[in-house]
Amino acid sequence: MDSIVSVRNLTKIYQMGEVTLKALRGVDLDIQRGEFVAVSGPSGSGKSTLMNILGCLDAPTEGSYRLDGKEVQSLKPDDLAEVRNRKLGFVFQSFNLLSRTSALENVELPLLYRKDVPAAKIRERAVQALQSVGLADRMHHHPNQLSGGQQQRVAVARSLVNDPVIILADEPTGNLDTRTSLEIMTLFQNLNAQGITLVLVTHEPDIAAFTGRQVVVRDGSIVSDTLNPHPHSAQTELTQFLTDIGET
Amino acid sequence: MRTTILLKIAFLSLSRNKLRTFLTMLGIIIGVAAVITMMAVGTGARLSVEAAISSLGTNVINVYPGSRNLSGARQEAGTASRFTEAEADAIYAESPAVRYITPVVRSMAQFKFGNRNWRTRVHGVYAEYLFIRDWGLAQGAAYGPSEERGGAKVCILGSTVAAGLFEEGVDPIGKTIRINNLPFRVIGVLESKGQSSFGQDQDDIVLAPFSTVQKKMLGTTYVESLFASAISEEAIPEASAQIESILRRRLRIAANQESDFNIRTQTEITEAATSTSRTLALLLSSIAGISLLVGGIGIMNIMLVSVTERTREIGIRLALGARGRDIRLQFLVEAVAISLLGGILGISLGVGASQFLASAQGWAVEVSTASILMAFGFSFATGVFFGWYPAGKASRLNPIDALRFE
Repeated sequence: MDSIVSVRNLTKIYQMGEVTLKALRGVDLDIQRGEFVAVSGPSGSGKSTLMNILGCLDAPTEGSYRLDGKEVQSLKPDDLAEVRNRKLGFVFQSFNLLSRTSALENVELPLLYRKDVPAAKIRERAVQALQSVGLADRMHHHPNQLSGGQQQRVAVARSLVNDPVIILADEPTGNLDTRTSLEIMTLFQNLNAQGITLVLVTHEPDIAAFTGRQVVVRDGSIVSDTLNPHPHSAQTELTQFLTDIGET
Repeated sequence: MRTTILLKIAFLSLSRNKLRTFLTMLGIIIGVAAVITMMAVGTGARLSVEAAISSLGTNVINVYPGSRNLSGARQEAGTASRFTEAEADAIYAESPAVRYITPVVRSMAQFKFGNRNWRTRVHGVYAEYLFIRDWGLAQGAAYGPSEERGGAKVCILGSTVAAGLFEEGVDPIGKTIRINNLPFRVIGVLESKGQSSFGQDQDDIVLAPFSTVQKKMLGTTYVESLFASAISEEAIPEASAQIESILRRRLRIAANQESDFNIRTQTEITEAATSTSRTLALLLSSIAGISLLVGGIGIMNIMLVSVTERTREIGIRLALGARGRDIRLQFLVEAVAISLLGGILGISLGVGASQFLASAQGWAVEVSTASILMAFGFSFATGVFFGWYPAGKASRLNPIDALRFE
């Protein structure tokens, strides 16, 4: 099987003084290449911890994690940084763009931390990534000159620029209105259609309905994992929404 | 990450808080400027002292008779002269480290030419005196061994004496002047040396053959002092030691007795003068150290603030694949940029202030390349030293905590 993510018995224990908090209690999860997975669950369920470990930002207390066929649970911080750089793309709820830095420079950032891409190539790839999210005309704008949806699209371009094996999106539509949420989900669905693997954390069932698989986490364990053979089309809903509010 | 990108990031973030960056630099600017200026003044002062000392002559050694103990009462220095011309000749013959030597006798005298007159000392010396003092003639020629042996009544005038005795336009060479009523023929005029470092007019001098002054003017057999030069600067101590042993032998001073003469070398004079400038240099470097320390603490303080302010940026960079060392380098470059920029501004300010002192106050200043390089190096080191801790702190941040930081 062509598993991008393969997690076995993943456990994370936080020791806070006297209190021991089991954020993850032995999670098993496989994500195949080309899947679009929604992870949902109430706050405190452990979904953020799971995402942090999947994103190689945190190490599990126990268990194994194979990413793209390679064990990563026991890598050193510098090697984890390289994994984040080469294999993972992040999209955050609060965009997390560098302010006072142009959209183009934000997208270039991941490429600056690798030594094997020549300077000329860096610019070229960043421009391509921005074109693919439809922001070619906003390249030199700074984040504060862009709308929330545009900022999130810059963030998506940044996550794409290093050709990651998987994109991890943590509540990407949490700070966006309905229309821009639909635009971002349309973008994700298009990327998925091109074969890109995506994992999305959300607590909104409407958003999860656009994905092909819904994983629900509660109290540190996966309580349900269902395939959704007929995901909603974000593009269709966006058109519908625009018609409803009288814009076409 | 590439250096150019690191520099770009550093300058962007520094230019975001221009006032803060400038205030942080100020400590370094003031410190470096003060050091550059004071070192320029110090070097200038030292050079002028050195020039004054070298006008005394090259590798000079003076031998003075000591004081005599008369029934327990110590007499004035020089009262015990037992030197004769023979001592000078013996030293010249026996000491390989001595290049030139002349006995010296001096006599206060009244000089007359026509209706003009002048009063100063006439020095009875061999013509070698001119070589020892490295003193050339503006006009005429020096006397030779035959005049010396024959006690010829010839003299060489210092430029002040020449100007005092002769009206402008009158050539002193060949004229006969009267020194204490003895007729002397002027055969040369010395080049002007100007004031000595002690403010004396070095040109207020007349030279005449040693034998002439000793026998015809003073009527003694003793000499006042010996004036010699060593073959090189390095040979001064050796020459001094050889002179001492020759004199002790000739004057029959027992091994357990003190020498009753003093040898004063140019090295000693130079050392006395440079010890002052060394104290000054020590003072300046401690000021430099303190100001760079204070400036460095300012940089450290601001860098710590900057790391805290930019925790989220650090988190983003870490999430996108920056390693701890990339983050450390970024903040280190920023700290060094502040201190180095401050150093450069301080150097410019210091050079400007030195030039102002030179042109407006007429001080002797000399901005040395070494002081500029040193200031540059020290400001670089300050940035690295005081940026290290904040940069390290930034590099050790946990990506998740940093990303969540509000």
